[in-house]
Amino acid sequence: MPRVNPIDTEYFKDERRTGDFTVIGKTVQRSDALGHVTGRTEFFEDRTFPDLAHVKIHRSAHHHARIDDVDVSEALRVPGVLRVITHRDVPSNWYVVLRLIGIEPNDEPVLAEDRVLYKGEPIVAVVADSEAAATEGAARVRVSYTELPAVLDVEEALAPDAPIIKQAGTNYFVYEGHHCRRLRFGDVERGFAEADHIFEWRYSSAPIEHAPTETTGCVVVPQSSGRLLIHSNTQAAFFTLDNTALILERPFSDLQVKGGTVGGGFGGKVDVMVEPLACIAATLTNRPVKFVYSREEEMQVSSPRAAERIYIKDGVMDDGRIVARKVMLYVDAGAYSRHSPYGTTKACAHLPGPYTIPNVYADCHCVYTNRTPSSAMRGFGVTIADFALESQMDRVARAIGMDPLQFRLRNAYRDGDMKAHRKIAEGTALIEVIQRAAALVGHELPEEYRALTSSTPRGDQP
Amino acid sequence: MTLLRGRGYASVNYPTGMNLGGDPSQALIHATTMGAFVISLSSVDLGQGLKTVVAQCAAETLGMPMENVIVDTADTDTGPHCMGTFASRGTHRVGNAVIMAAREARDVMLAVAADELEVDAGDLETDGTGFVRLKGSPETKIHIADITLAAHFKQGRTISGRGIFLKERNYPVPETGEMDPDSCQAHACTVAEVEVDDETGVVTVLSLHNAYEIGRALNPAMAAQQVEGGGWMGVSHAVFESTEPYYPASRDHGPVDFCEYLMPGPAEIPVQSSVILERPASNGPFGAKGIGEMTANAPIPAIANAIFDACGVRLTTMPFTPESVLRGLDALRA
Amino acid sequence: MKIVNLKVNGVGRTFIARPETTLLLALREQLGLTGAKRGCAQGACGSCTVLLDGQPVVSCLVPAVTVDGSDVATVEGLADGRKLSDVQQAFLDGFATQCGFCTPGMIMSAEALLDRNPNPTRDEVNEAISGNVCRCTGYEPIVSAILDAAERRRAGANL
Ligand code: FES
Ligand code: FES
Repeated sequence: MPRVNPIDTEYFKDERRTGDFTVIGKTVQRSDALGHVTGRTEFFEDRTFPDLAHVKIHRSAHHHARIDDVDVSEALRVPGVLRVITHRDVPSNWYVVLRLIGIEPNDEPVLAEDRVLYKGEPIVAVVADSEAAATEGAARVRVSYTELPAVLDVEEALAPDAPIIKQAGTNYFVYEGHHCRRLRFGDVERGFAEADHIFEWRYSSAPIEHAPTETTGCVVVPQSSGRLLIHSNTQAAFFTLDNTALILERPFSDLQVKGGTVGGGFGGKVDVMVEPLACIAATLTNRPVKFVYSREEEMQVSSPRAAERIYIKDGVMDDGRIVARKVMLYVDAGAYSRHSPYGTTKACAHLPGPYTIPNVYADCHCVYTNRTPSSAMRGFGVTIADFALESQMDRVARAIGMDPLQFRLRNAYRDGDMKAHRKIAEGTALIEVIQRAAALVGHELPEEYRALTSSTPRGDQP
Repeated sequence: MTLLRGRGYASVNYPTGMNLGGDPSQALIHATTMGAFVISLSSVDLGQGLKTVVAQCAAETLGMPMENVIVDTADTDTGPHCMGTFASRGTHRVGNAVIMAAREARDVMLAVAADELEVDAGDLETDGTGFVRLKGSPETKIHIADITLAAHFKQGRTISGRGIFLKERNYPVPETGEMDPDSCQAHACTVAEVEVDDETGVVTVLSLHNAYEIGRALNPAMAAQQVEGGGWMGVSHAVFESTEPYYPASRDHGPVDFCEYLMPGPAEIPVQSSVILERPASNGPFGAKGIGEMTANAPIPAIANAIFDACGVRLTTMPFTPESVLRGLDALRA
Repeated sequence: MKIVNLKVNGVGRTFIARPETTLLLALREQLGLTGAKRGCAQGACGSCTVLLDGQPVVSCLVPAVTVDGSDVATVEGLADGRKLSDVQQAFLDGFATQCGFCTPGMIMSAEALLDRNPNPTRDEVNEAISGNVCRCTGYEPIVSAILDAAERRRAGANL
């Protein structure tokens, strides 16, 4: 059945002006749906290539260890195994996705060299005629380790006596000389001093997997021109091309990425995890090579949504105005940076939530631990912050005896307000979505709250 | 055993785009000799429907039917640069680039048509069915197939266009966090209703009522897909999911398949009702903002607040497992 | 190694299977039918669902050598020329696909349900697709599409 049109045209009437559109704002059928229902949509793995070889990985058994020795002789004896690839075969052994925009330091090897920083870190890649032989070969690699103390908690990682797990010398990402991304707006201590009430609580989350139904993968095909054609389910074709070329130390023009049809990404396919090794394998064997994560790798080794820990302290007046908010936020980046420094900055820009608060202070820490590196995931930096912020809003409203929606409306940001990161708010509509949601469930709001609008300056309203 | 019901609220905003390195996307467009327009991109569709909405943007701008628009994307040899699909940037960045390219192509299309009809290009309009016609005199018209044939075989012109959207790089001020990372903000308020079983600790999310403000719903059914599919993911994050169930204490017990990694199945989904408001963004394609990511966000705290409303247990750690509910209930009874 | 004879979507096909070849890989890599997807190879996502002698199976767990002489139906065989099956058309009209990776498996589970039960309840639909994971849609559009397809089929049968 065609779906009901969910647009409520009563709001922002003057700004909407839709009369002259012919296809915009219309429910037209998805252009890809026919292929989906007939099974004709072509995902990267739906192409078959003669002589295809496969890559599987031998991974770290420890959270943190020195590598004393790697023995691949047994792996090479497995029938069907063509090559093993170690860090010595990787021309520039750095996977640091943000180096494209000048973010330093280089911190993650493509294949581990003398140490491993998380359980599951890739050490050796095995190329074989069949997936089964590659899997068997990877299992036969022998690595001897000396275990090192592991750090698995973000606040313990920052303690003065914590073992330093990163070669850069700190267990946190350094933001232009600071140990965190800072937000300073107004005078938060004066705000607390003036407040009628102070509330302070802690929130936290565990890592979450993207779990796309299609796992991360690629097929690399050597071309007659000498170039490499990469069929990939990456979320970002040029990100993948550029990072892969840097690792291969080949001109960017040597690579071609084809994709664009992805079986769910949710942020998990922004990192460039499979293409560089598949390209190296294809170059070394001169055969088409497939490297696709198993479901187990997708679950346990691919980057999750970062676990976070968030402390929020609010100063609130009897009338419901929040006059000061201080946030201490810790992102568990796991062992390597990937996109986490950027996600932590995104969290910082999001604070203190969609409310106008005159005094805001936040320290947002991107912390390294001996865990699977976390990275981008649908809304990262914001999703867990919103859980904390909106739980806090509910608790404060209850504590001061105010209706939870009226409390939000009282503090909601409006056009013209200065946000904590010093951008003037425009096009705001928090008030209206709250009013509309209240109407959806029959939550009565007093007239003065129903009359609020986002475009009316704060001074003219309660 | 008692089933306790509660209701919880959450209201959020979400940025479109997140720029720390300069955030461009390009689009190229050209007409075939038979009146189709091919949009060349390197952008990726994750299933959110980018291919469809950019075709809508092109069709609207060109004034041509959807059937005349072909999207060819994500080949780095043939498509111009795009940063990628993340940060709720796709519709906004790529949509804007496509509109700019389509405007340029439209201008050439009208100029060719004007020469064929021997009128002034400024007096022409499109009718959305494939014809270019003289304003006020609709019988003076020419079909797009004839325009593109004439351009190629008679006039020697290419009907094509180039488009780019760039949000320039911004550097946060290290001392204060002053920055300009995003292009606009979308908004949402979700009301969750839950039922808590005080014997098993199981939380059932009964309903999600969603009010979203997304600038412009370019395709309302697809916007609803994002709201309700993301709403499901929010429920899943809230009460089911983790790769490390005993985080941070233990790294063991990690699920390795869909049997162990818990998510709500079709029998465990809430009823959702959703309303979309539109306050067009001045910099969005036809006013649209990005909503691909935000839709999982509001449900999570709304559910946490509903659990408190139902049984008085304040859960501050995600996910809200039966074990954590029971521990909370025990603490209340103690 | 064994020679396997199958009827796939009504057409006789023959291939050589190793003991470890699954029906899924045989379909995808030897017969060129890539509609069934490999989402996990663990039997837990349903994206590889096909019908084996009319019953829905996760083809990633079925050794190809065990199905000699069987009838296999895959998503590629559902449409009649350009005319989609009722289930396919209902998925299309109901916006029941996003990334589409789960769709072929979902559709085969739905076809199997409607073959044995033309008038299922919502609960019976939920049950029939309980082994099919979708990460995008939230399931509601899929369940509604299957109920809609049941109605279309009944209407078609009454013509
Ligand atoms: S691939 Fe067969 S059930 Fe997942
Ligand atoms: S549509 Fe993406 S998994 Fe179902």
